[in-house]
Amino acid sequence: MLSDSDLQAIGLTVRLAGVVTGILLVLGTPIAWWLARTRSKWKGPVGAMVALPLVLPPSVLGFYLLLAMGPNGPIGHLTEALGIGLLPFTFWGLVVASVFYSLPFMVQPVQNAFEAIGERPLEVAATLRASPLDTFFFVALPLALPGFLTAGILTFAHTVGEFGVVLMIGGNLPGITRVASVQIYDHVEALEYTEAHKLAAVMLIFSFLVLLGLYTRRPGSRRA
Amino acid sequence: MTHVKRLLLVCSLLLAEAAQAEKITIAAAADLKFAMDEIVAQFKGANPGDTVDVTYGSSGKFHTQVQQGAPYDLFFSADIGFPRELAAGGFAASEVRPYAVGRIVLWSPRLTASKMTLNSLTDPKITRIAIANPKHAPYGKRAEEALRSSGLWDKVEPKLVYGENIAQTAQFVQTGNAQVGIIALSLAISPELAKQGGYWLIPENLHQPLEQGYIVTKQAANNALARRFADYMGGTPARQVMTRYGFALPGEKVGK
Repeated sequence: MLSDSDLQAIGLTVRLAGVVTGILLVLGTPIAWWLARTRSKWKGPVGAMVALPLVLPPSVLGFYLLLAMGPNGPIGHLTEALGIGLLPFTFWGLVVASVFYSLPFMVQPVQNAFEAIGERPLEVAATLRASPLDTFFFVALPLALPGFLTAGILTFAHTVGEFGVVLMIGGNLPGITRVASVQIYDHVEALEYTEAHKLAAVMLIFSFLVLLGLYTRRPGSRRA
Repeated sequence: MTHVKRLLLVCSLLLAEAAQAEKITIAAAADLKFAMDEIVAQFKGANPGDTVDVTYGSSGKFHTQVQQGAPYDLFFSADIGFPRELAAGGFAASEVRPYAVGRIVLWSPRLTASKMTLNSLTDPKITRIAIANPKHAPYGKRAEEALRSSGLWDKVEPKLVYGENIAQTAQFVQTGNAQVGIIALSLAISPELAKQGGYWLIPENLHQPLEQGYIVTKQAANNALARRFADYMGGTPARQVMTRYGFALPGEKVGK
């Protein structure tokens, strides 16, 4: 059915999406919490920064990252000083790019879920002498769980669907940066339509199932 | 009634105008970027009324797009095989004309590429080498052939990164993300890249000849401008630009 290189591309895609979702759960949650709770004048600018990848063409992100991660860019200087080398054409380069690229898909649903909790449960917890950390972990997080589920699914799926950024900084290395979307592109470019069809069908079915799961789960999670 | 007549007059004038100002869209392989820009500017200078748009990209993609009825009037491919295939399939409105035999070079803005050879690529200090994707980019295929026939492929392959087309390959090297690349001679001698780094011409006996050709597409069968431009490409002014950018036909010399 699928060739070894197709399976390798799928495996890599799943690994990338999984790692990115994990990282964003850790990085995105505090940002979402801050955005949901703050009255700071920075709320607007930070919220807009987080949402940028929703609007920016992937080519803009890819272009900036290629320069920033290169030997003359700030990220490139940093990674070379740390002895990691340069990030373009590496799996971790894709991870960094995807973290930027998928950030709003994690932050926004979680932020909405935190906002929906309202003040009251947190105030009640405070009157019961729960520390702010306890309140966060034992009141806010459980109440926001459906939001986390939505955010996790969306982040994972959006990373799977990434193409433009990967094409610009990936260098098309099998098993390292050649994700499924790039593999399909290569099949089409090489006029291998049969192979392209197979992998494209896999992606189509996967995407539909993810969204189906998301939308059929919705009614029960209204309260989040 | 006079209104209707006036309207008709205006319409007919507009139509006449539209018929005179002709327009073509060209699909050109990415390696032609600089040479074609110059030729088109030259052509427009001589034919001020006409509009010539150029889209640059990979030859394989254009081949597919022309088959699917993309609105390109001329197609310049980095591999003459693509236009030949289109002509055989009835997608061409002209014979397949050659425009150059392409050459590949080592190019780098950080290393002295002019003093390198393919053997230098095994140097452990070189960790990233960019070539175009051999799976579908003609220049990438020739790069792979050259590395294989010099017995270096196995040693060099782990360092390779693949550009989607030859322009992206050059860009990987230009940004420093790859230290050196195998790119088209035409790009390496363009003023933009030449001021950043030198090149070493890879001997042509190391790879299959990279015959390049173009066609007028079927959809432009009745487009006089497309034919005029196709003929213009064979004329002396255009050939002078082409050879200056390294696109020589057998018997022509690269350079001024």
